[in-house]
Amino acid sequence: MSDVVEKTLTALPSLLSLDSQPGSAKLSSSSKLGNLIRGITELTSKHEEEKLIQRELLLIKEQVSSPNTTMRQMKELMVRAIYCEMLGYGVSFSYIHAIKLAQQGNVLEKRVGYLAVSLFLNEGHELLLLLVNTVLKDLQSTNLIEVCMALTVVSQMFPKDMIPAILPLVEEKLNHPKEIIRRKAVLALYKFYLIAPNQVQHIHNKFRKALCDKDPGVMSASLHIYLQLIQENPEGYKDLAPSFVTILKQVVAGKLPMDFNYHSVPAPWLQIHLLRILSLLGKSDQSTSEIMYEILDESLRRAEMNHNITYAILYECVKCVYTIHPKSDLLEKAAKCIGNFVLSPKINLKYLGLKALTYVVQQDPKLALQHQMTIIECLDHPDLIIKRETLELLFRITNEQNVTVIVEKMLDFLQINKDDHTTIDLVGKVAELAEKYAPDNEWFIETMNTVFSVGGDLLQPDIPNSFLKLLSEGFDSVEEDKKLRLFAVNSYVSLLEGGPSKLPQRFLQVICWVLGEFSHLREDLEPDVVLRMLAKLLDMKSSSSETKCWVLMAMTKLCSGGAALALVQDVSETYSSSLDTMLRQRAQELQILSQDSKLQAKVLPRSASMEPVEVDSSLSFLDGFVSEALAAGAAPYKPPHQRQEELSRSKALNMEPYGLSLPIGMSSCSVTDRQSPTLLSISSGLSGDSADFSHKGSSAALKLDGVKRLWGRDGYLAKKEAAEEAPQVEAASPVRSPSQRGDTDGSVSQTPTPECDQEKQQLASSLFVGLATQSSVCLMGKSEPTSQRFRRKPKASGGSEPMSNPLASPSDGADNVLPQNLLDSSDLDVSSPEQTHGLPQDPDTPNGSCTAEEESADPMAEPSAHEDLDRSRDSCLSSHLPAELSALSHSEITSLCSNQSLDVSACHVQREDSVVLVVFVSNRSDFCLQQMRLQVQSEELEVSCASDCPSEELKSHSVAVCQYLLTVQRPSVHFDLSATVSWQLPAGSPQTAPFSYKLPLTGFIRALRLSTEEYGAMWLAYSHDTKLNLTLMDDDQDPLAATLHVLKRKLQLHVVEIIGVEAIVACCLQQDQPCLMHCRVHAGMLAVWLRSPVPDLPDCLLYHCQRALQEP
Amino acid sequence: MMQFMLLFSRQGKLRLQKWYVPLSDKEKKKITRELVQTVLARKPKMCSFLEWRDLKVVYKRYASLYFCCAIEDQDNELITLEIIHRYVELLDKYFGSVCELDIIFNFEKAYFILDEFLLGGEAQETSKKNVLKAIEQADLLQESQSEDWGSLPNEEIL
Repeated sequence: MSDVVEKTLTALPSLLSLDSQPGSAKLSSSSKLGNLIRGITELTSKHEEEKLIQRELLLIKEQVSSPNTTMRQMKELMVRAIYCEMLGYGVSFSYIHAIKLAQQGNVLEKRVGYLAVSLFLNEGHELLLLLVNTVLKDLQSTNLIEVCMALTVVSQMFPKDMIPAILPLVEEKLNHPKEIIRRKAVLALYKFYLIAPNQVQHIHNKFRKALCDKDPGVMSASLHIYLQLIQENPEGYKDLAPSFVTILKQVVAGKLPMDFNYHSVPAPWLQIHLLRILSLLGKSDQSTSEIMYEILDESLRRAEMNHNITYAILYECVKCVYTIHPKSDLLEKAAKCIGNFVLSPKINLKYLGLKALTYVVQQDPKLALQHQMTIIECLDHPDLIIKRETLELLFRITNEQNVTVIVEKMLDFLQINKDDHTTIDLVGKVAELAEKYAPDNEWFIETMNTVFSVGGDLLQPDIPNSFLKLLSEGFDSVEEDKKLRLFAVNSYVSLLEGGPSKLPQRFLQVICWVLGEFSHLREDLEPDVVLRMLAKLLDMKSSSSETKCWVLMAMTKLCSGGAALALVQDVSETYSSSLDTMLRQRAQELQILSQDSKLQAKVLPRSASMEPVEVDSSLSFLDGFVSEALAAGAAPYKPPHQRQEELSRSKALNMEPYGLSLPIGMSSCSVTDRQSPTLLSISSGLSGDSADFSHKGSSAALKLDGVKRLWGRDGYLAKKEAAEEAPQVEAASPVRSPSQRGDTDGSVSQTPTPECDQEKQQLASSLFVGLATQSSVCLMGKSEPTSQRFRRKPKASGGSEPMSNPLASPSDGADNVLPQNLLDSSDLDVSSPEQTHGLPQDPDTPNGSCTAEEESADPMAEPSAHEDLDRSRDSCLSSHLPAELSALSHSEITSLCSNQSLDVSACHVQREDSVVLVVFVSNRSDFCLQQMRLQVQSEELEVSCASDCPSEELKSHSVAVCQYLLTVQRPSVHFDLSATVSWQLPAGSPQTAPFSYKLPLTGFIRALRLSTEEYGAMWLAYSHDTKLNLTLMDDDQDPLAATLHVLKRKLQLHVVEIIGVEAIVACCLQQDQPCLMHCRVHAGMLAVWLRSPVPDLPDCLLYHCQRALQEP
Repeated sequence: MMQFMLLFSRQGKLRLQKWYVPLSDKEKKKITRELVQTVLARKPKMCSFLEWRDLKVVYKRYASLYFCCAIEDQDNELITLEIIHRYVELLDKYFGSVCELDIIFNFEKAYFILDEFLLGGEAQETSKKNVLKAIEQADLLQESQSEDWGSLPNEEIL
């Protein structure tokens, strides 16, 4: 290596042989360290050890600070100090001496000094600054060992701010003739990139040079940097994909020197690194993925040797195959690989097999079906880790049919699990499943009871929150809501009667809230009784003061009408003098409200918890104070997100585009948002979006060919039945009737098998039920929305369930598409891709809004490429526009729903003071439609019928036009209108079809013309505001004017005045709801401040401003 | 990237600790204590991988010593087992059929080998030959210097 060493080597042959002797290193056992260690092992108690070490430390301390101590002795002392530190004793006094040793010692002493520094000190330790000069000196040393030591310590820890001081020297080392130096230098740069990416921003070309290094070791080291870079910005490195593929090809083909082999497998670490990089590059990128198919195939084929290291490569390959753009034969091979893992007798492989299965099961539920018996076995595995992973897998395949069994298994696990982290995670998952798929009220409440009891106070706070939200907001029907609440009340009353002292605090708080809010639903339950139960909770020693607050709040709700007045008075008196301010406050409230039932009814109206509370979130009443403070020279307030943004901008270049900021009201926090820590990199929310889903479906469809179906949709099926079952599976409806399911289950249990097996098979059929339904749905190219029992705020509650229509069987789907195409061909439009896209693909879902949304998002948009096609329909239907509207601008007429009988289209017309929705219903059948009715409704809009359809009859091939006046009730970014059309054919039963229409807020925005003075007066009066920085339009002369022009054109805003770099703009939502905007050019951005008396309006409008400026 | 590596005995005594992420001493102690307990409680035929807090833990027992690594979510568990194995191979070759005592009495050597094998939590040199060559060259320097200084009077204070 170094010349010095080589000389030494030749000069001292005897020492060489001594050193290579086995056990020669044990010589030092006679040293002081040896004595210390032996001393410790002879001791019997922890206390004695402590005494011995303290003595030892005193000794070390005395010696290290003595001026007579040589560096050689210092080295020995440091080793002892490291040992004491490992035993858990503080040796901070020696830190400075470790640095000194690294600074002043000869090479060997330096080595120990550096080691001690790297073990003792953290990245952020201030003493590290003292090391900088030593590192600088050693980096310039002619002794290669010193350079190596300096690079090693730098790669482990270095003060961030001092990087520039040594960076040139480290960079220089990239050109060093020795491979080991170049490699360590690359790793040092990697470390710098990790702790301070902006410090090495300018040397990215050096990384490329390292990647092209002639030595594979250096190239390999540079991949660490690239993996990191690509993780952060895959788009920026797509050009390197072919190079990585070439490298991997060479590695797999064994072109690297033998040194890189590990147990005769070529460079496995390098292979795995490359596979990880490739999967990042190929993720949702078809063309890049295509480059790597061949080598992935090769890797899967080569890695067949039965050794751990090949399994490691295989596992990485499988992950890569499932991450990149899918290719059917690769997926098939990867699936086989997963199968081998799952079936392996080696427990580590089995675990990883389960993990991989969890990772892919949503893309390919069939795979889980294939291994269901193994999964069942793993569920009873003695190793909790395996069990836990199996539950994770089951969690991913839960549906409304198997939810009870899976949740039961999870709850069983929770009983034996002792690890808090797992408990929190699993409890969250149970709550999520319960909320999504609960089969009935009873089960839901009982499951949630277990969740609250088991989760205890570790529970994530959003679980009780969303549970209470669900109870209070309700879901589909009022009747069901009431039943659920009543059931909860009953359940909690019996819990409180049975001894509440064991219940966790969080659960008690939930109980208090529910009883306070809903106990009146149970008519036989007197408020007195509930009040007494609640009062008992106050007396419990275990109750926290937070719980007591909840109790008092519940009592306040219940105390109306003088119920148990004495008790209430007593309680409120007791707590009025509490030391806890919150408790005191609640007690005061209770006291006052219990005596004034009128006030109580006003403050706490019954069942009004779901009503929005008006909160002046902008604190406008403080405006006077603020302006005074500003006048006095205070810095203007910046919201946290803006501060954060500015901070990050000043720190580093932001590589990510700014996302659209959604209005606060839109971001719903729910249990489903929580992701499991074990989730691998692919996004896998349980309800994948439909586009994703159909794409996965296509891959599943490809693979089905030639695969013998031994497993039915309902889980395990005996082989002899497979043949009969399979065709039925393909044709059966996606929603199976209970009787059908029962049949299958019955037949399973009849198969003659040993009892134990039978049990497992039964479990299998209950666990995997409904799984194949999902895949068969994919086959048909449809996305079935996950049916959720407790749906929050149903969007399409048109009154009549679409599925209730006896005619709307799945075969309708196919029928519906066909006539539509026929009709299109009669219109000579059959080849239009736009048109087919616009067709509702699934008549059972309120669909058809996807094109409507795109087209209506910007009413002023230029006509698209399909101009003429749309025109033909447009001109055809627009002739039906009522005369008074035909002169006004209307959005494009979009088809919302069509079937063999009729076709519904709609557009909206902007009148000066209102927006009118015009719905065209065209009868396309040869019959006269009877009892034709339309129902339109929306949550955020008030819909009033301006002119209903002229008659309930619609003649063959004629068009009926209905108009609805739309008024905004609550601003929203987009407004969804859900509607149903119902009709009856002359000789048929009534039919309904749902459809929906979406229109943006911008349709309701009008220019507001006012003077600067008026603007000023209004500005101060409004309370709801929001601020954000927007991008300015590119315009050399006047970016502000250009930007305002775009806003004016697209959103119809009125520019009141422009003063220098500032501008004031005004608009209103239907005349009486103004929104004011203040713009200022600042640091290349447009700082926008919106104010309005209407809550949410500024946020929603800001969203549209942002979009208007982002769209070309 | 590897987060940390711990070596501990069957009795739960820590023999080596290498942290690749900055943590406070208190956290390190807490993690060590909990992890040692968790791993020791596991039975021999159980899986070598744990999901522990937000980390994946890979451990393996060699004779009386447990080697235990914590890795990140996207890291490969199997290759981490091989990292442990290669480290044991390195120790074995260096000490000559290594035993726990070798590591106890020469832990600084064990650290030097580890630093030559893993750098900043990533494998830097996986060839057994090359790692040991680098270590031995530095060791040789040591011997040569002790030789030079052999004639100096022993100035030990005690």
